[in-house]
Amino acid sequence: MQVFGSLFPTGLFTQPFMQNAWIAGSAVAVVSALVGFFVVLRGASFAAHAIPRASFAGAAGAVLAGGDTLLGLAVFAALSALGMAALPQRRDQGQATALVLMASLGLGALFLSLGQSYAPEVYALLFGQIVGISRADVMAILGLLLLALLASALLYRPLLWSSVAPDVAAAKGVPRRRMDTLFLLLVALAATAAVPVVGALLSFSLMVGPAAAASYVGRSPGQAIAVAILVSLLSVWFSLIFAYDTGLPVGFFVAAVTAVFYALARLWAWLVAIEETQRGAA
Amino acid sequence: MSSFLASLLGSPAVTAALLIGSMVAVTSGAVGVFVVLRAQSFAGHALGDIGSTGAAAAYLVGLAPLYGFISVGVIGGLAIEGLGNRARERDIATGIVLSLMLGVGALLLYILTQRSNATGGPVSILFGSIFTVDPRTALPVALFSLAALLLMLLLYRPLVYATLNPQAAQARGVPVTLLGALFMVALAIAVEESALVAGALLSTALLIGPAAAAVRWARSVGQAMVLAAALSWLTVIAGIALAYQSYVWPPGHRGWPVSFFIVMLVLAEYLLSRLGRRPRVIARKEAT
Amino acid sequence: MRNPAADIPSDAVLQLDDVGVTLGGRTVLEGLSFSLRPGEFVGVIGPNGAGKTTLLKVVLGLVRPDGGRVLIAQQDPRAARRLVGYVPQSFTPDPDLPLRARDLVALGLDGTRWGFSLGGAQRRAKIEEALRWVDAGHYADHPVGRLSGGELQRLLVAQALIAEPRIMLLDEPLANLDLRSQDEVVSLVGRVAHERGVTVLLVTHDMNPILGVMDRILYLAQGQAALGTVDDVVRGDVLSRLYGHHVDVVRVHGRILVIGTPDAESLTCTTCDA
Repeated sequence: MQVFGSLFPTGLFTQPFMQNAWIAGSAVAVVSALVGFFVVLRGASFAAHAIPRASFAGAAGAVLAGGDTLLGLAVFAALSALGMAALPQRRDQGQATALVLMASLGLGALFLSLGQSYAPEVYALLFGQIVGISRADVMAILGLLLLALLASALLYRPLLWSSVAPDVAAAKGVPRRRMDTLFLLLVALAATAAVPVVGALLSFSLMVGPAAAASYVGRSPGQAIAVAILVSLLSVWFSLIFAYDTGLPVGFFVAAVTAVFYALARLWAWLVAIEETQRGAA
Repeated sequence: MSSFLASLLGSPAVTAALLIGSMVAVTSGAVGVFVVLRAQSFAGHALGDIGSTGAAAAYLVGLAPLYGFISVGVIGGLAIEGLGNRARERDIATGIVLSLMLGVGALLLYILTQRSNATGGPVSILFGSIFTVDPRTALPVALFSLAALLLMLLLYRPLVYATLNPQAAQARGVPVTLLGALFMVALAIAVEESALVAGALLSTALLIGPAAAAVRWARSVGQAMVLAAALSWLTVIAGIALAYQSYVWPPGHRGWPVSFFIVMLVLAEYLLSRLGRRPRVIARKEAT
Repeated sequence: MRNPAADIPSDAVLQLDDVGVTLGGRTVLEGLSFSLRPGEFVGVIGPNGAGKTTLLKVVLGLVRPDGGRVLIAQQDPRAARRLVGYVPQSFTPDPDLPLRARDLVALGLDGTRWGFSLGGAQRRAKIEEALRWVDAGHYADHPVGRLSGGELQRLLVAQALIAEPRIMLLDEPLANLDLRSQDEVVSLVGRVAHERGVTVLLVTHDMNPILGVMDRILYLAQGQAALGTVDDVVRGDVLSRLYGHHVDVVRVHGRILVIGTPDAESLTCTTCDA
């Protein structure tokens, strides 16, 4: 254990704020990967980006009203999810997503300008204060993540069916719109927990990157989820180590590391495809 | 009313805002029609954020932000186009490119704040403010707007065909992939100049909102482009006027942000346009 | 076609009494009455816009008829969802979808239940049996995105069959298939009806591929229907009465051609829901 500890900079595992970061970060990684599996399956990356971004306006509003920022995040995340679900599009769901995002950000701009200037807090929520989380915050976040985990487990089968074969599922009694709404609310739940940890701008990196990499590597839903969780955890752990060591923002490392995993997965898939065509020609 | 107009036009900041805002609005509205028809709203939004990273990079090395916006925007757009062919793949590619660019942006902003200890600059890159735009950008913005509109004019016929009926277009020998890439370039230019002037938030609003409303009511793509450009322009004018007027509103008499008014107007336009149950008439038959 | 109430067979799997559907101001189905027996293979034929897809939606309980009654094994369609299998018109999965053939079939077994399945030998055996029966065993572990059209269709049939339905609805399953795959699917669906005793309603715009297999034909035109054997229904006088104007039926080399359908029905209808 001593040898292991000496490999890493001092305090990486022992400093209390880092311990909070390890716990919260790992939990966020697991839930983001699980929800991210469905995000990537349904081609809903825009929603995964827009919901946390929109929730940020809620935090601004909460500070203006003197309330709890986590509550503000949750309310706006849920409202934007419901807004997007209420405007179903046939061709481009991105339209509704863009409009709801805009509406939230417009309100956010209003809240920011109406209140006092508090740029440091704004900055913190935008990019995540993984190293600024208190033990109390960690408990709240873990609670939300547990809820998200339970919700994902409960929704798994009907959501998978509705995502993969919506017509058949609807014919057998899994209504498409209801599943769409529940899915977006699930994203909102996961996002609310992830934003204080990784920030409003980059929480979707953990939802999209690992699951995207997994879809090129995994052949079944179980495999894809397992790979996504593994990649997500590794990304967060690497990012924490790099951020602690260099002092640079952890969000940057999360985005960079997940992008690298995605590139590796695509490269892998491309090589496998080449090998298969060669075997077929032989 | 006339005294309001007089004071509105008398302020140089407002006149600059109106002029530059108009150019940006018209370009965004016209290009936005194709964004809506090609179902590329995510890319259209992502380019705004991607460009912001480019602007931060330019800021860091001492170049004018506009060039950072445009160059990184074009590169990002082409990356998205190249990485994804099918809808799901493109969605993921857009997400990854956006995520990477935002991460790099986080890094650059961090470096910037370490350097100058002022959070005003970085935040304004993210949110932008049409009233604080440098009037000297009027000329470059005009040139880029013209370039984007000329490119759209050049691409118009084949792009309409490739957008509305891609299989038939491909069969007829229309270079669908090349058109897609060229359209991305035009889109990047339109979005980035818009993001420079009014922030990434407004660039998306002006790109998608008026176009989505126009597409529902126009009878042809060309008509939709004119309608969207006009609607976008009116929205910006109204937004600026309202923001100017809000300086006398409570609280604090500091004025409400332009972005808020423009976004709310765009939202209202979109919701109103969806009220009538008129089906979309822009159909395959136009793609002949 | 009207059946007097006393004539309704008690073992009818599907029964429609005077069903009418109006969508968007247009009368899509009108006065539809018929009943189907277990294990019957019925082809639903008709021009575009005739109401074929609407009929399927009525049986699935997705569209409520404005008038009349629909009974599936004496129950309301919504209550009898479990008894109805459905193979949709188009299913084109992304090539990279992380879903194997066996995963898709497994969804047919318990995709409507909350939670996730804990596996088990019995479940696996059911899935294997379903795959084997449609001759999909050799690609059970392949990603669905890499399967051919014919392979995918067989899989969709397995997905529907694994829930042990009493009726199976297929919406244009032969479109986009090459001739050999069409033959495979037709014979498979024939076995579903005649070996498994499942009543089959197969919607298609061309009756020729299923001429040898179907027991009866339900011909829909102008919202009206005629049900009976091909010889009884596909005749000039019957079809002319359905269409409301003169049409001819020509038989050439074992194929049947209906000539004289009005132009309006060959345009794609964008606002109607057939």
